[in-house]
Parts: sequence; structure tokens; C-alpha cells
Amino acid sequence: MRPILMKGHERPLTFLKYNRDGDLLFSCAKDHTPTVWFADNGERLGTYRGHNGAVWCCDVSRNSMLLITGSADQTAKLWNVQTGSQLFSFNFDSPARAVDFSVGDKLAVITTDPFMGLPSAIHVKRIAQDPSEQTGESVLTIKGPQGRINRTVWGPLNKTIISAGEDAVVRIWDSETGKLLKESDKETGHKKTVTSLSKFADGSHFLTGSLDKSAKLWDIRLLTLIKTYVTERPVNAVAMSPLLDHVVLGGGQDASAVTTTDHRAGKFEAKFFDKILQEEIGGVKGHFGPINALAFNPDGKSFSSGGEDGYVRLHHFDPDYFHIKI
Amino acid sequence: MVMEEILETASRLGIDLSQVDLDSLRLPPGEDFWHQKVKNQNHETISDDEDMNEEYPLEFDMGFGNIIVVDNLPVVPKEKFEKLEGVVRKIYGQIGVIKEDGFWMPVDPATQKTLGQCFIEYNTPREAELAREKTHNYKLDKSHVFAINMFDDIEKFLKVPDEWAPPETKPYTPGENLQQWLTDEKARDQFVVRSGSDTEVLWNDARHLKPDPVYKRAFWTESFVQWSPLGTYLATVHRQGTAVWGGATTFKQLMRYAHSQVKLIDFSPGERFLVTYSSHEPSNPRDTHRVVLNIFDVKTGKVMRDFKGNADEFVVGGTGGVTGVSWPVFRWGGGKDDKYFARIGKNVISVYETETFTLIGKKSIKVENIMDFSWSPTDPILALFVPELGGGNQPARVSLIQIPGKEEMRQKNLFSVSDCQMYWQSNGDYLAVKVDRYTKTKRSTYTGFELFRIKERDIPIEVLELENKNDKIIAFAWEPKGHRFAVIHGDSPKPDVSFYSMRTTHNTGRVSKLTTLKGKQANALYWSPAGRYIILAGLKGFNGQLEFYNVDELETMGVAEHFSATDIEWDPTGRYVATSVTSIHEMENGFNIWSFNGKLLYRILKDHFFQFLWRPRPPSFLSPEKEEEIFKNLKKYSKKYEAEDQDVSLLLSEQDREKRRRLKDEWDSCVNDWKKWHEEDRSERQSLRDGEASDEEEEYEAKEVEVEELLDVSEEVLAFEE
Repeated sequence: MRPILMKGHERPLTFLKYNRDGDLLFSCAKDHTPTVWFADNGERLGTYRGHNGAVWCCDVSRNSMLLITGSADQTAKLWNVQTGSQLFSFNFDSPARAVDFSVGDKLAVITTDPFMGLPSAIHVKRIAQDPSEQTGESVLTIKGPQGRINRTVWGPLNKTIISAGEDAVVRIWDSETGKLLKESDKETGHKKTVTSLSKFADGSHFLTGSLDKSAKLWDIRLLTLIKTYVTERPVNAVAMSPLLDHVVLGGGQDASAVTTTDHRAGKFEAKFFDKILQEEIGGVKGHFGPINALAFNPDGKSFSSGGEDGYVRLHHFDPDYFHIKI
Repeated sequence: MVMEEILETASRLGIDLSQVDLDSLRLPPGEDFWHQKVKNQNHETISDDEDMNEEYPLEFDMGFGNIIVVDNLPVVPKEKFEKLEGVVRKIYGQIGVIKEDGFWMPVDPATQKTLGQCFIEYNTPREAELAREKTHNYKLDKSHVFAINMFDDIEKFLKVPDEWAPPETKPYTPGENLQQWLTDEKARDQFVVRSGSDTEVLWNDARHLKPDPVYKRAFWTESFVQWSPLGTYLATVHRQGTAVWGGATTFKQLMRYAHSQVKLIDFSPGERFLVTYSSHEPSNPRDTHRVVLNIFDVKTGKVMRDFKGNADEFVVGGTGGVTGVSWPVFRWGGGKDDKYFARIGKNVISVYETETFTLIGKKSIKVENIMDFSWSPTDPILALFVPELGGGNQPARVSLIQIPGKEEMRQKNLFSVSDCQMYWQSNGDYLAVKVDRYTKTKRSTYTGFELFRIKERDIPIEVLELENKNDKIIAFAWEPKGHRFAVIHGDSPKPDVSFYSMRTTHNTGRVSKLTTLKGKQANALYWSPAGRYIILAGLKGFNGQLEFYNVDELETMGVAEHFSATDIEWDPTGRYVATSVTSIHEMENGFNIWSFNGKLLYRILKDHFFQFLWRPRPPSFLSPEKEEEIFKNLKKYSKKYEAEDQDVSLLLSEQDREKRRRLKDEWDSCVNDWKKWHEEDRSERQSLRDGEASDEEEEYEAKEVEVEELLDVSEEVLAFEE
């Protein structure tokens, strides 16, 4: 499995996203330009210029026409995937962190950071069919809990919104009323900041990664904790294989604490776990810094990782990967 | 201070305190607000042991520990009050800083004369303590000899009944079997680990590849824990003193040893005595630290002897620095009977015996310029090292001295020595002295060994030099109970490891080299306590390289790595090895348990990991002959255990299969639920997507598409030949 190294960002990667067809890979980084690549050979297709701050997150519509990005420049922007032109900019009073299109792509959820006395917030925006009719009006705004919300996604049938962040609690909100429906249990839940959240392909369950060196698998409707995967390093990124019962955790020692003595000290590996047995089955090395982003191709035959080192590494699995037995 | 608070509160609430009869107030029974407050304050750091708090003298800002009461002052009329105050202030101002308003000499309202007492409040309890020590029985003049008490003690004295009552005889209650852990059916060993605020004792259940908890407690100790040398007790260290714990099934407090601010502790090898040490900041920064050492009887808790003094009296050889001493100050010798202990002083060695806790022969042994000494681990023999004197006119010397006779058994003069290290073999059979000598130019040193055969007649000495004399010695270690030793020598990055035996095949009286292993990533040696096996470890710069080596067969059994390991310890039986990463490193704290031959058995990660200690075992009661016999007929004895091992491994794999099946089933039921939900939501989802054909959405279809691309067309005319 020889990875393809994609060097297009000048700053640490923050997020990776495949489109539904699995032919495009979108990457966000702390430099200001989200980039789109061919998911097959890693060729760069284009960039989306217009943000004026680190880009934290993105999502692409089901038909691969529309891209939404959230950035530290206090905006979330809609882009034309094909032309790279900016269609609309949602302006906020604090940095935008997480974005997610709803089922049907008619709504988008955007979270903003606590900033200058403002608490964190979850905003629901209507996405117009015709970009010229797009407005910045919020359908719903939920005043968030303490601390930053690092990830947010839609629940089944857009009825709920799931959020997780610095306070280590995973929450489910009613997307109509903004009422808090469920909270993860303090005892069994994460102990430190939740850094990442990834839904399974069919939206039935999701995986959260946390600085408490674990990842947890939850039922999306009941918020019951199903599995816990324990590793040796803070987890920055998680992904689930749509094909096999595997989960991947990425992370590593905090970039500021990385020692210079030995690259092994950092443990910047992408770790594969058996989803059911919760046992580690392997690792993919290569990054020179913590892994910040992970994404599986929807076909389950390749995955990509984005690191603090500014590289995206695209891995196509060897045939034997599909026959791993433990 | 407290009164002020009360007054303040009272005035805030508009209560006239003089109208309140404080005695009429009744506190709810069982409540003790004062204690409550103190306890909460100290809760963070003190073990949650309740009675500990009550009986140890606590030091808190709100107490009166910093106040002393001076009695037997002259009784003076009003006119002389100020003069007396001046005198007393002068005496006590020298010792520490008296607080502002910290001087109070009560006056009898009837006679207007003083009562012959005064109260002095210092800034710190330590000053008060010192003042009491220094001025108790101070003679102001013939008829006025000061009597000093701590204010806190007065209350205690008041409680002493006037009439003597015979003490009650407590009925004898048989103690628990403190050696219960040795009777474990599976012959497992215990260890204690400390991480974060938790201290935990566990069984090493190597068969099940996991530790088995015995006892766990948060805030059990305030600084560290330590097993006694035979494993009977676990000692915890607190600000108020030390406590030992043990018992048949769990850990109960067995005894406490009060010693305020205790820093270091040390048991005698037979666990009869406990030495505790503390050093105290001097009130005057120019003074050196004050050092307090107590020797307790472990069973009764009685102080057998205490030593107090300035730190420099206890620091010899310049290794301890200003604030500390080289530990242990008292080194125990004379085998397991705990008969003697010794301490090095300036030009003397003081040897005490534990019958009376006095110096042997009432005086110390005078040895000019003594640098270092060590006891034989089994016999009352001292080995001393005295460096060169008079610019080389008087040679350096290593000598062996028999206790209690103090006669010299053997002596060896050594020339142009820069340093010496002494290594005893665990049975006291051999002593190796590593001698660093100057080369002729005096610019560099080289190393050799002087090997003493203690148990042979006249104690023959043999000199051993390495093949390459310039090799630096990185580590040296005797095989426990054996006749071999290992040396790491050479210059980093990849030094060599050599093994020697004190015997040769034909002659038992000569040292011989067994083998040299070239270029090893090792800087520390860890012999199995049973001998025969050794770990060549590369700690620190080598990041935790481990090589498990069999010295009988001279072969490597296994090579492994525990990344950035800081500590290695064999279990007392030599069956397992623990390697740990302590909180010196930020990451990967925790420990690994290995088999003797280098197979990783299990691995536990714990953040803020501080200590891993195997519980020691007392020496076996089996005679050497019996041990020999068992060793010879090992097959017979091991049969039973092998069968057990097999049972366990079968059970384990069965359990493992069972567990997997269970997990799989659980997962499948989850997946079924999800599928059902997904199906139910199908139509709704479809409508959300404006009726876009449906749910094949997640099912991914891979179609193979062949694309032919015409890259280039070129025509070439080929000559046709016949």
C-alpha cells in the first residue's frame, strides 16, 4: 500500500471529505484555501479562494454541486464545486467551526465558537435551490453549552442535531425546537474534549474521538454507548470503513509537545481497530505530525489522512486488507 | 485570629457578643466544627483515614502551634513590666521572629503584678518548636528557670487526671497472619502501583494475562510507598509521619510512626526497625538545614533512638549537597538479625548495635578521611575505602573490618586511585572493588577490579583488568547467589557486555571470562533474583531496549523494546519482569509485564504513573540440598503446574471465543435494529430528497468501465523484402 502524498496545503490539515461518488476529495487546512482533488490519483483539481482565515470544516452536497465551508474568518461560505466560485457567505460574529448538510441538502447546520463574550452556538440555515435566492437568515439558533463545539451532524431524517466539543459531552438537540433531547452520560462518556465525530454511511451510528485517548461508538437515536476504542494517544480524527467492520483513529501527541528525540514518541499512526471486538488490528505510519483528519472513500477501498505536517496521504488498500482475520 | 473572625461576624450580624453566653450554646452531638473545618482543608492531600487526622498533630495556619507558653518568669510589679518584657523579647527575638502583638504577659488585676508567665506567638510553628527546645530550662537567674510548653499542649496537660489510675490491661487479641499472601494457591506475586492519586496493590496473574486487584485506595500516601524488605508491610508516608499496612486479606493500618515532615524512610533488612528522616528549613537562612532522624521499633512503634543535628554533620563525601544527605544515612549490616547499623562521619565510622542503641565499644571507629563504606549483605563485615592522602605519599586503601571486634581482616593498598566503588555479591561470598586509576599523565583514568573472596582462607584478592584497559565501565552487577558477574564496558553508542565467573573449569580459585557480547544497546544490567538470566537494558538514550539473556547457555532468549522505559524490576521469584514508564515522561505512562525470557504478557497504561514495586518475599526456608533436589527432579514437580497451565489456557481461549461470540451477537442485534429503522425511514427520507430514487443510496455499485483512449497514431512504412 504505497500512499499518494498530496502536497497542496501550506499549513496543517483540518478536515477531509469525500463526495458521495467517491471520486472527489475535499480538504480543508489552516491555510485559507479549501482544495479539491481526484480521489483516485491525488491530482489537484482546484481550490476555493475567498476565505480569510483557517478553514475548519466542509461538506459537499449529495449531487456534488455545492460545497459549504466553515472558517475562522467568521464566515461559512457556499461554493460552486465545479467552477470554484463563491455563491454565498454566511456572516457571524465569531469563527465558524463545524458545518453539515442535511438529508436532501435543503438545510445546513453551522456552529460558531465562543468568542468575545459570545457563547458557542448552533445555527440552522436554509439552503436555497437557486443560489441567487440564498439568504443569511437562520431557521433556528441554539445557544450552545460551555466551550467550543468541534463537530455537529444531522440526525436521522433531519429531526435531530448531534453536537460534541470541548466539554466532552455529546448532545442531541431537537432540530425543530432547539430543545436538548439527550446528553451522553458523564460516567461512561468522554473525559476530555471531543475532537471529531463521524457518522456511519447509513446514518445509524456515529463515532467520536477525544483527547482522552479513546474513541466511542454511539447509537444515533438513543445515544447509547456501544463501543469504546482505547489507544495511547489523544485522538484527533476518526473514520469508519463503510465496507468492513473497521474503524480508524488518528491523532498523536499534541503538536506543541512533540519531542524532537524520536519520531516514534509521537505515535502519529492511523490505527485500525476491529469495530466489534474493539481490538487494534494494525496501523499506518507516515505522517511527521499528529493526524488531524481522516476520511474513508465511500467505496471502502481507500482512505486518506491529513496531518499537522501539511500533507494529505491517500492510501489505496492492498488486496490482502480485505481478508484480514483476527 | 479566630476570635477576630468571630467578632467580625458578630458585628456584621448585629450581635452584641458580651450578651451572648457562649457556654449555653450546644453543638449537635457528634459534631465537631473545628475538626470538620480542618479536615476539609486538608482533604486534598491527606489520606482519608479519619483517626490519622485526629491523633497526629496537624499543622494549620489557624492553630496555635506557633505559640509557646513561658513559665517561671519573675513576678514583677507594674513598674518593672517593661523591663521584663524587654529581657524576654530579647531572648526570644533571637530565635525567631515574634509576631506583631505576639507577646502577651498577663497581669493579675488584683495585685497589678505579673503572673510569672507569658505567651509568645511566632510566625511559624517551627520557630516555636525551636524556641522550646533551646530555652527550656534556661536559667534567667538562680530562682528562675524557664519552663516552656507549646500552647497546644496545655490543653492536653489539663486533661491529665490528678490521681494515678492503674492502666487497663487489654485482653490479648491474636494478630492476623501478615504472611498470608505467601500462601496464595497459584503462587502469584503481588505488586503495588501508584498513579495519579491512587495507590493499588494487585496480584500478577500472569496465567490470565492480567493483574488481579487486591486493594485500592485514593490518597493512601502523600509522597510515596515502600515495601518492607521481607514484604510484610507496606509503608505510606504522610506529613505527620509514616504508617505501615498489612494483613491477611486486605490492608489494614498496623502501626504509625509520628515524625513531622518525614521525607525518607528505610527499613532494617530484617524489618525490625524503621529509620525515618526529615530535614527542616532553618529559620535563619544562613544556617544549614536541621536534620531529624528517628529509629522506630516496627512492631511496637516505640522510638528507639533519635538523632538531631545540622545537615552538614550528616553529609560526608560531599554527595548530599546542602539540603540533603546521601540516603540511607544509617546502613544496616550484620545479616538478617538487624544487630548493627553504621553511619559515616568526618574521619569516623559510627557503628551502633540494636540491643542498647549505643555505639559499639562506646566509641566510633577512627578512620582518617574515610570516603565510603559498605556492609557485607550477610555478615557483620564492613568494607571501607580511604582515598590517597598527602599527594600520593600515603596510598589509597580498601579494608575489611569485622564487627563487633573491629579488627581488620584484610587490607589492600592501591596506588594513584581516583575513585572506588564497592559491590558485594548477595551471599557475601565475594566483594568486587572497581578502582579508577589515573594514567601516568594523570589526564585520564582507567578501570580495574579487585576481587575479594571473603569466605576463603586469608581472603585472597585477585586483580582483574579488562582486555582493553581504556574501556569505560558503564555498569557492573553480580549474579545474585551466584559466582558470575556482568560488566558493560566500552564507549557509547554501542558498548560491549562481558560475563565473568569467579571459577574456572579446573580451578575454583581463579576468575575467568565466559564471553563478550559486542556492540549492545545497553547501559544497565538486571540479573534475575534467581540468577542465570539477565536483562541487558538500554534505558534513557537507548529508549528502552531490552535483551533477555541466558548466562548458563550464553544465548539470547529474546529481544524487545518498551519504548522510553524508565524502570525495570524482576519479581522476587525471577519468573516475571516489570518494565515501567514513570511520569518523568509525559506520554505512555504505565507498565509492561514480561516473562523471564522476554515474552510480553500484558501491558497496562496509566497516566501520571509514579511507582511500580514488587512485594518482596522472605528468603525460602528450604535447605540448599532440598532446593537442589527439586531442581534435579523438576519434571516431577512441574507436572502439576503444567497441567494447571494448560487448563487455564484452554479456559482462556474458550472464554475468548465466548466473548467474541457474545460481542458479535450483540453487534448483529444492533445492526438489525438499525436496518429496521432505516427501512422504516425510507419513504420519509425519499421525500426529503425530493423523491430521488431511493435507498440504493448507500449500497455502492462498482461498475467496471473500460476506457480506451487513442493516444497517438503513427504510420510507418515497412520495407517489404522477399
